[in-house]
Amino acid sequence: MRSILTLCLSVALSVNAQQTPADIQKEAIAIEGATIHTGTGEVIENGLLIFENGVINYSGKADAKIVRPERVIKANGKHIYPGFIAPTKSLGLVEIDAVRATDDEDEIGEYIPHIRSIIAYNAESQVVESLRQNGILLGQITPQGGTISGSSSVVQFDAWNWEDAAVKTDDGIHLRWPSTLRRGRWWVGEPRGYQPNKNYLKQWSGIIEFLEQAKAYNATPAKTTHLPYAATKGLFDGSQRLYVTADGEREIFDAVTELEKIGVKHIVIVGGYFAEKQLDLLKSKSIPVLVHNPHELPNLDDDAYDFVYGLAARLHKAGLLVGIQNASKANFQVRNLPFYAGHSVGYGISKEEALALISSNTAKILGIDDTYGSLEIGKSATLFISEGDALDMRTNQLSHAFIDGREISLETHQTELWKRYQEKYSRQD
Amino acid sequence: MKKLLTLALSMAFVLGYAQDYFPAHSEVKTTEQVYRAFTGATIHVDPTTVIENGTLLIYNDEIVSVGKRVQIPSNAVVTDLSGTHIYPSFIEVFSELGVEKPKRQSSAGRSAQYEPTREGFYWNDHIRSETNAIDFFTYNSNKSDDLRKAGFGVVNTHRADGIARGTSLLVALDDKGDASSRILDDRSGSYFSFSKSIQSTQSYPSSLMGAMALLRQLNHDLNWYASGNVNTKDRALEALIAQKNLPHFFEAGANGNTVRALKIGQQFGIKYHVLGSGDEYQYVRELKNFDATVIVPLNFPKAYDVSDPAYADYVSLKDMRHWYQAPSNAKILRDQDIRIAFTTKGLKSANQLKTQVALAMERGLSEADALAALTTIPAEILGKQSEIGALKQGMKANFTVTSGPIFENETTLFEHWVNGHKHLYEDRNTPDLRGEYTLNHNGQEINLNISGSIGKPKVAATRADEKLKVKSNYANYWLSVSLSDSLGQLYRATLKKEGDVLSGRFVDENGDSHPVSMVASATASKSRSKDTETLTSYALQERYPNVGHGYNEQPKAEELLFKNATVWTGTEILENTDVHIKSGKIQKVGKDLKAKSARVIDATGKHLTAGIIDEHTHIAALAINEGGHNSSAEVRMSDVVDPTDLDIYRNLAGGVTSAQLLHGSANPIGGQSAILRLKWGATADEMLFKEAPGFIKFALGENVKQSNWGSNSRFPQTRMGVEQVFTDYFTRGREYLAKKKSKQPYRIDEELETIGEILESKRFISSHSYVQSEINMLMKVAEKFDFRVNTFTHILEGYKVADKMAEHGVGGSTFSDWWAYKYEVKDAIPYNAAIMASQGVTVAINSDDAEMSRRLNQEAAKTVKYGGVSELEAWKMVTLNPAKLLHIDHKVGSIEAGKDADVVLWSGHPLSVYSKAEKTIIEGATYFDIEKDKEIQASIQQERLELTKLMLKVKASGAEVVTPIQNKKERFTCDTL
Repeated sequence: MRSILTLCLSVALSVNAQQTPADIQKEAIAIEGATIHTGTGEVIENGLLIFENGVINYSGKADAKIVRPERVIKANGKHIYPGFIAPTKSLGLVEIDAVRATDDEDEIGEYIPHIRSIIAYNAESQVVESLRQNGILLGQITPQGGTISGSSSVVQFDAWNWEDAAVKTDDGIHLRWPSTLRRGRWWVGEPRGYQPNKNYLKQWSGIIEFLEQAKAYNATPAKTTHLPYAATKGLFDGSQRLYVTADGEREIFDAVTELEKIGVKHIVIVGGYFAEKQLDLLKSKSIPVLVHNPHELPNLDDDAYDFVYGLAARLHKAGLLVGIQNASKANFQVRNLPFYAGHSVGYGISKEEALALISSNTAKILGIDDTYGSLEIGKSATLFISEGDALDMRTNQLSHAFIDGREISLETHQTELWKRYQEKYSRQD
Repeated sequence: MKKLLTLALSMAFVLGYAQDYFPAHSEVKTTEQVYRAFTGATIHVDPTTVIENGTLLIYNDEIVSVGKRVQIPSNAVVTDLSGTHIYPSFIEVFSELGVEKPKRQSSAGRSAQYEPTREGFYWNDHIRSETNAIDFFTYNSNKSDDLRKAGFGVVNTHRADGIARGTSLLVALDDKGDASSRILDDRSGSYFSFSKSIQSTQSYPSSLMGAMALLRQLNHDLNWYASGNVNTKDRALEALIAQKNLPHFFEAGANGNTVRALKIGQQFGIKYHVLGSGDEYQYVRELKNFDATVIVPLNFPKAYDVSDPAYADYVSLKDMRHWYQAPSNAKILRDQDIRIAFTTKGLKSANQLKTQVALAMERGLSEADALAALTTIPAEILGKQSEIGALKQGMKANFTVTSGPIFENETTLFEHWVNGHKHLYEDRNTPDLRGEYTLNHNGQEINLNISGSIGKPKVAATRADEKLKVKSNYANYWLSVSLSDSLGQLYRATLKKEGDVLSGRFVDENGDSHPVSMVASATASKSRSKDTETLTSYALQERYPNVGHGYNEQPKAEELLFKNATVWTGTEILENTDVHIKSGKIQKVGKDLKAKSARVIDATGKHLTAGIIDEHTHIAALAINEGGHNSSAEVRMSDVVDPTDLDIYRNLAGGVTSAQLLHGSANPIGGQSAILRLKWGATADEMLFKEAPGFIKFALGENVKQSNWGSNSRFPQTRMGVEQVFTDYFTRGREYLAKKKSKQPYRIDEELETIGEILESKRFISSHSYVQSEINMLMKVAEKFDFRVNTFTHILEGYKVADKMAEHGVGGSTFSDWWAYKYEVKDAIPYNAAIMASQGVTVAINSDDAEMSRRLNQEAAKTVKYGGVSELEAWKMVTLNPAKLLHIDHKVGSIEAGKDADVVLWSGHPLSVYSKAEKTIIEGATYFDIEKDKEIQASIQQERLELTKLMLKVKASGAEVVTPIQNKKERFTCDTL
């Protein structure tokens, strides 16, 4: 028995030693018998999902009397989910945090919307590869740091290079709205923590001034090119989103009102720790929030221990369009995205609502919902099959995953090492 | 003119202070020999003895007699002090007056400095015991005057620099004397602190626990040196030997550092008088166990300006409570019979003393205690109680003459006599004008309200409802007043008080003069604002610990019966099972249990498990790394436990009951662990897990070789060097033990004592580790020295050497899924736990992270996902296995009759992402309850509201307020320096 296992393992190793990007979908595939979680709140028990040429062309009950394609994956008792989407991360821009040579996430400069993440995206990142195994199949690759950090792009996680990976290039620009509070400079004897930031007004006025000039620049053909201004064009014609990191009551209000005033069409709040204090504003203007993931500590001592656990759930219940991000965490943590959604369930939302926080809602927020984020006819077959509930760590066990209908490898650098050392120990018996 | 003045001054000097054996050059030689009798005063002999209408007789600088009936010699100058009070001069024990401050050593470069810069002294530059403040002292007349005006006649002043700071001198603030009489003692005390000297950048100690360890080692070295075992000269130790019998003062500071200093003193039989920071009331449970004097500063925090709700939200209830409670500090300490002395240290100016003491008295501190804290107690701790601090025969003639009780706002200081010399502040013959007067002019009444001090009265005037503008001047006993009304009409008056009558001339708007004569209708009422009354009448509820989430009472063990739970015993999962808890222990696990006196908890549909144990945490600590040496085996995390850290409560809310507080990973040999029970509300010592043996942190890899920061001068810089550090220490440790056992005299070395404990398997290693080469190396080093490594923590490449680990007998405590944050975790895989377990290694899942530690149940669940560990085994990785690794599995880690009742009730399956901890119980006492948490939340909001209102009132009253700040503690990981 042991030697058979060894044999299987070594075969697996030889097959998956390199995770090569999958070939395009050549034959139609049906998945039958599984519970389909569409991502939009719907659950289809004993479902049937058929996709061809990368597109879903049937989603319904398995008892439907329709012709199955040649390849049918029997998945009774299993679950199908749309591929999860990780927003606001520098995935593929940095491989090992402490090794500077692998770090391409933060360019110098204050207002640098022309800095584009997509060209530095490492499609062969081992960190990215490790996410697929947990069902995260898409990500928004986002430059970090500065005030206007640069432009992100949305990619899918199975590609030969960044061009292949790109799903939506330069989808948005990322802005860190200044804070009314600043961190105490403890090294000069100020207390740690926060105190009022006297330069707040000056700081945000600077941003608005930059964007006003950029808007004016883009209104008429310029004689001399200004790369940073030119890069913001989409903010004013509605083709790009502006992702604004803001947590405080005043910051959210100021950011939304000032940016709207100068004509920014699509604003997304990233963070939103105190978004509950600006619910009316955010609702009336239909501003979505990419909210802190639950696995952060409360910011204030007197906040309830579970303040952040329930934050996404509360904002969702209050009627906002909410997605979960984990911008503050190391990139490898993106693989815990499903569990952030799962943890939110204990705070007043259903599992299907929690699922939307990392699938259909995020797709809507990023503007890729015409193709991704839900399992609906006509949408991309970017999905996976899990042995059980994918939002709970014990049962998040993927057997298959597809991106645009292409069946991708679920092996990783880590599974390879796992198998290699299992083999080592099996030899000792 | 100037010349004349100079001459006059120098004459006075010579006249007053010609010593009997000094020749005279400017005139005939005279000697001042004067008896002075002060009669009719209320004399406060000491804090509890008051003589009404008494007489104080002094001769030169000494008190001859004090009492009701004192024989006044015929050659005495008699001064009638009727109506005044005489108090002994105050004593300041924690002053730096007149002592030149040292210069800061500029940082040598990017690399830290590890070596001392001096020769012939102790090995650590921060031990500056050879410093004598007298060598840096110049009498400063101006600054002395500030103190004297505040009531201080004698100060003890020192050079506040370094961990050992050398000697102080005791100075009488006598402007009329010179150094020969002013300096009462040029070696009056020996000073210490936890803060490093600014004269050296020597790296060690870089932490509070390092400073504590250094002080312990210093005392061992001192004893060793004093016994003649060292044949070279150490001038720092020589100095300490000479200081042995001096009073010892310790600048300890906040967060329980007073207790820390006292513990060191207790160990070495040194009586430290400890300077606190004003938060000592939070540590009375511990302080009362020492027979110590706490020196208490009076710089109470100011109210926050909470008028902006957006900013006000950032102020924690902890800080709001401290604002409210700080003035009660002295009273709370006295209620526990803890001796206190006051200091002006921290006050902007000594002249704030009176108002601050008055604030403390409004909170219930008695006048006697306040006086004692400024007179007899400081005198006692200086060992000078027979010379200063009271008004008794033979003592120094140091006293103040005041118009009334000394801490009252209206009281004026007339004179301050120091060393028998008068320092005049206010002419006590100055008529006291204060009161309300009425002046009739043109059929209208003008009311004059005179308040302020005797010498500088403040005049306010009203006519009907109109407030008049007033300018006034009081000089040479004449008061001049000019008044103007809204029409610009001007009135003037020139007045003098004789007896009770204030009379003189009033000049009206036309320039016509009218004689006036007025009698005060009432003395201005004592100003005690309404706000003060609001503040004193507010009763703040107790909280343990004294922060927002603190409980009103410390949780107590209860008899509990959990009915119908799914019980995870450690070996099996039992459905529909009852658990009976009594006297802090698990009594019985079974079906249909009955216990009449128990509180029954219906656990239907819920799961009951043992409490989670985190093998690797850095919460609840004031410091984490002592990186000043490549080995810091001498430092103890138990020295720096912070029981008020909110992360303790948050951990409880995640079902954690115990945790190993580990030293960081800045050096190959770190510090000794503290294994804690997370008893929220208990003291630091009560949190220590008593039955746990000693542990120590070791570390390998990038952190200890300082790969990721710019230091490259400390050995080791490679993994090769790390092995040699261990080999070196274990070799020396073995030699140390051999010498110790040989009964020869040996120098106690705290570091090698610890290494010796490891060699004798009395203390266990938990080693931070990543790559397989170094893991293997440490096991081989241990084997060479005949002991076993207990635990590898992190151990991310443990899966590569799991067979070797199993053979060595070491456990692995790992992250569930961390990797890619530095080069040495490139090959870290989430299957690590599963593989190690499969090879027979005892595996735990730990946090090293204040956030993750509160959901270790989820982290354990990841081992089911990655590598297919069974649910029961997965659960053991956060309960029974870490208990085994910490050698506390005989007490905790599973639900078995006889074990401690450290249990958690979960809303559902404990490994599910959907489950919550509902009750977390340690030794039968409930430390977290999800329902109680809601009450706490509500009470936090309520108390915030109440304190916010109080602060708004304080602001409205015109008192100074400060900008809100959010105080945030520093959160630690292994890498925090």
